[in-house]
Amino acid sequence: MKLTKTLLASAAAVTGIAGLAYAQDMSNEMTIVSWGGAYQNSQQKAYVEPYVANNSGVSVTWDESSNEAVAKLRAMNEAGNITWDLVDVVAADAIRLCDEGLAMEVDFNEMLAEGDDGSSAEDDFGDLLVSDCFIPQIVYSTTAAYRADLLPDGAPAPDSICAMFDLETYPGKRALEKRPINNMEWALLCDGVAKDEIYDVLGTEEGQQQALDKLDTIKDQTVWWSAAAEPPQLLADGEVIMASSYNGRWFSAIEEQDQDFKMLWDAQVFDLDGWIIPAGLDEASLNRVKDFVRFATDTQRLADQAAYISYGPARASSAPLVGKHADLGIEMGPHMPTAPENSKNVFVYNYEFWADYRDDIDAKFQSWLAQ
Amino acid sequence: MTDRTTGPDQMTGATPDNGMRNANRANGKPGPMLSADGTPLKRSLRRAQRRQKIRALMLIAPLLIFVLLTFIAPIADMLFRSVQNQIVSDTLPRTVASLERWDGQSGEVPDEQTFRALYLDMFIAAERKEHTRLGSRLNYELTGVSSLFRRTGRDVDDFGEVYEDAFNDLDPKWEDPTTWARILGSADWVGEAEGAEAPGPDFELRDDVASYLPLTAELYGIFAEFIQTEDGDSPMEEEPWTLVYTALYWDLQRQGFAYSGPEADLVRAAAQAASGFENVSLKALFIDSDKDWGDPEVWATIKTYAPEYTPGYFLNAVDRQLTPDGVEKRPANEQIYGILFQRTIFMSLTITISCILLGYPVAYILANLPMRTANLLMILVLLPFWTSLLVRTSAWKVMLQQQGVINDTLVWLGLVDDASRLVMINNQFGTIVAMTHILLPFMILPLYSVMATIPPSYVRASKSLGATNWTTFWRVYFPQSVPGIGAGSILVFILSIGYYITPEIVGGTTGTFISNRIAYHISSSLNWGLAAALGSILLAVVLILYYLYDRIVGIDNVKLGG
Repeated sequence: MKLTKTLLASAAAVTGIAGLAYAQDMSNEMTIVSWGGAYQNSQQKAYVEPYVANNSGVSVTWDESSNEAVAKLRAMNEAGNITWDLVDVVAADAIRLCDEGLAMEVDFNEMLAEGDDGSSAEDDFGDLLVSDCFIPQIVYSTTAAYRADLLPDGAPAPDSICAMFDLETYPGKRALEKRPINNMEWALLCDGVAKDEIYDVLGTEEGQQQALDKLDTIKDQTVWWSAAAEPPQLLADGEVIMASSYNGRWFSAIEEQDQDFKMLWDAQVFDLDGWIIPAGLDEASLNRVKDFVRFATDTQRLADQAAYISYGPARASSAPLVGKHADLGIEMGPHMPTAPENSKNVFVYNYEFWADYRDDIDAKFQSWLAQ
Repeated sequence: MTDRTTGPDQMTGATPDNGMRNANRANGKPGPMLSADGTPLKRSLRRAQRRQKIRALMLIAPLLIFVLLTFIAPIADMLFRSVQNQIVSDTLPRTVASLERWDGQSGEVPDEQTFRALYLDMFIAAERKEHTRLGSRLNYELTGVSSLFRRTGRDVDDFGEVYEDAFNDLDPKWEDPTTWARILGSADWVGEAEGAEAPGPDFELRDDVASYLPLTAELYGIFAEFIQTEDGDSPMEEEPWTLVYTALYWDLQRQGFAYSGPEADLVRAAAQAASGFENVSLKALFIDSDKDWGDPEVWATIKTYAPEYTPGYFLNAVDRQLTPDGVEKRPANEQIYGILFQRTIFMSLTITISCILLGYPVAYILANLPMRTANLLMILVLLPFWTSLLVRTSAWKVMLQQQGVINDTLVWLGLVDDASRLVMINNQFGTIVAMTHILLPFMILPLYSVMATIPPSYVRASKSLGATNWTTFWRVYFPQSVPGIGAGSILVFILSIGYYITPEIVGGTTGTFISNRIAYHISSSLNWGLAAALGSILLAVVLILYYLYDRIVGIDNVKLGG
């Protein structure tokens, strides 16, 4: 541990010196776009505050626009006036932005710090580098939770996502997200399709129909949510007996607000959130952003963020450094979606598949919902 | 004319009044009326009016220009996207031209020439990072094109490697960037660029090189411009793209090839050796990169969407699609916009009618109470108006949900069984209730302002003439309040037709509007063309309804105030 700290300190010193060398042509203002709420707060605490402490004179402005970042960035690009320096988006949006040429391509090894175990940035992030423009920060997952007290007497505690589709054992309403992604996969999985064949099946007309038919069995009993804050509320109100949402939302409901929910974790779908740098920044802003990103995505910073929110750091080397929650003092390790206990059965969001099929399946899904 | 001795006609000078008669008298026939200075009155009047009009126009000009620039122009630009489709022909110009010869009905993949054109376009697009954007565009029409373009964009760099190696093996001079620069650049340019710091002077082609090596010259020009402007490098220092090597190979293979100019020996040696180079089929390379290039449907889609303007988005917006065989209905399980348009109109009408039914009595009471009480009530009407939209919508969730206030009360009263609580939210009913509440002030305020101006004496007169309360209301009061209903209805209807936040939150599956889909296509799927087409249709529907309203009710009968 001590060695790690020494290493870190020297790494920080090196970064600091490198920072000084560039200091002349770096802009002192930075506009960072994020999601607002607890997540943005964790970034402020783990990344921005230490960075500003090391670089006095830098001021950071937050813009809570990640939700509509893709559209806004495109509009800014067309107007030729980009006012953002760094944007936090989910991986699927990053791929879209990269495809549209709105995000800058990144040389990961050159721009990002090495892992503190000495591995190169590309090795440290590994498979999570899903796009040339996308610098991952966290792994989050969409997973289900339920309320044991609302289950019928004598019903066994659900241990599989298929409980969502089992109206006989678990009668009552459930809440699912109002989009095909994740739901279609779960439907096929519970309709007996083998896990490694799901995307092959979902790529066919019949497979899509099969998934919708399976969802049809619970359609009347489902509340469809569009904001991730809804399902914890629905579950707390007793409107539904089980629901899907992001694991961080469940953590905050269970641990911070003392709700009596149980997490299912089975067939949780991993997704990524991270940074993109808008294409076409001027030199001074770009230098500042590069400097910040190098700092904010190093091993320690990513591990620090987990003290504020229960999302897993995207670097492999950060995992051993994850400590306790800053306010609650509980060990965060077991609450990470990547914890071995939780990740026995996981899906990884299939970016390529959904980039291709999203428009098509979404039209079918919406049409099915409307009928 | 008359025997009167006084009056305007007797005056000798011209006055506005007797101008015409004076003129008549002078000519002996009717002529134009003249003004005091002798010009025809009409003309001078018109001139004076024109001056006034211009002055008035100048006064409102700042506002007019502001509205035009910040409101009308952006909307027109946005709506225009519903037909724009230049992206295909801009990104793949050679392929589109080459596809004109291809028969989409043949069921066969285009020939090698078209694949060559695609190689050129794709390589340049991939360097400029435009290919993925086109892939997303075509993916709206044919699922899978997005990854097809992304994957091939990655591979296309290697397609020409075989020629690059062949040239370099033949003579290491081909590896030297200056060889290329000397062959293709003008002598002046080479002189200036040598030793100059990168990116150096703008590249200039040698005058006659295009007649010997047409394709190479064209592509080298593109290469040089690209690296100079994008990367800030000099063509003197950068080896050309593999694409340029391929182009040179093709040029050397041409019938009747001849060359004179710098490095003539090198080029001629290459021309002789080129026939011995391994000849790769680009068709094979493309299909090897992704087998979908062997699918005629992909090519048919590119050809169908090649024109610069397309009705495709509008067809999608009415559940049709443009296929190589013409316009077709979308499969039944993908039809959604027809349902949504109908639902949007139906629900907006329902909300408008509920607003009239609830708002009329309130406005009536407001207008007929003493001022002090009326003001107090008015605050109650306005209070929710000042509350955040999201708060009001969420409040309705708490009220209407199955474990909510209303259901709890009904269960407590024993009116509803605990097991069969009413479903009042996440459906059409919930949306109508929440939106009626939110839009009610827009109905009450115009109604009130019209009712406040109806003189109470009319009602008293009617009653004193023996009419019953009902007759008085229906025959005297109500007709005078109709303009208020008209104004309120237009406001509420047009506002509700474009609403999307409230339906998104409380609409569930059956209570969403077309605007929710527009928002989805603007902010999530980035299919702005389709969003613009849906928006244009919605705008057209509103204008048609407005026209019908004008014909039936008459827009002059609408009043927002006294």
